[in-house]
Amino acid sequence: MSGTKRAATRPLSPHIQIWRWHISALASITHRITGGALYFGTFLIAAWLVALAISPEAYAMMEGFITSIPGKIVLFLWAVAVLFHLYNGIRHLIWDGPGIGFSPKVASQVSTLIYVLAILSAAALMFAAGAF
Amino acid sequence: MSEGQYLTPTKAARGLGSAKSGTQHHIRLRVTAIALVFLVPWFLYAVIKASGAGYEGALVWVGQPINATLLLLTAAAVSYHMRLGMQVIIEDYIAKTGTRTTLLILNTFAAYAMFIAVAMAVVQIWTAG
Repeated sequence: MSGTKRAATRPLSPHIQIWRWHISALASITHRITGGALYFGTFLIAAWLVALAISPEAYAMMEGFITSIPGKIVLFLWAVAVLFHLYNGIRHLIWDGPGIGFSPKVASQVSTLIYVLAILSAAALMFAAGAF
Repeated sequence: MSEGQYLTPTKAARGLGSAKSGTQHHIRLRVTAIALVFLVPWFLYAVIKASGAGYEGALVWVGQPINATLLLLTAAAVSYHMRLGMQVIIEDYIAKTGTRTTLLILNTFAAYAMFIAVAMAVVQIWTAG
């Protein structure tokens, strides 16, 4: 009984190209991409707090960036990423706990809903912050 | 079903396979996620309130004990959660041992550095105000 022989006959996992496209797959990779982006975004938020502790000049520099057009774009994208990751994260917790929403139809509908909600609530947040 | 069922003899001899720490990682990622479900909405509200108040207003706001406490809690949960999440991304995509180990170490350093920087800033503002 050789090890290599046995390993060669084990089944391979189906490759990504054979699956029909689903929005739930897009939501899945978006969760990872937003998570990765938020990792770096967190350092910007931390910089804002550190600047506040350092001096009024340092804070003015951060404020200058946040209120500029590129700053507002970054802030809006950050808000979309936070809210998407939050909503989809809650869905993950519901999947793990009560186990609701696994059927393909519901999973697809909820995925669309999360995209729409994330963008709308991020816009509302920016509006509330007086950024628009 | 014996444990050897899905292990080839070679693999069993080499001692490779699960590191037996997956369940702990999974649970910790979820526990920090549950904390963040409450902390993140508060934090978004906080950022709007504090950032719109100018330098003085932001200082006063961060200096309030309840806000300082919640900021520290948020920073702690975020630091843990982001470290665990980035660890999975690194382990999934970086196969080269040296690069992978380097990135995993940097990930740990960055997460702790972020937490300490925020904690120092918050405590400094809190005690000064």
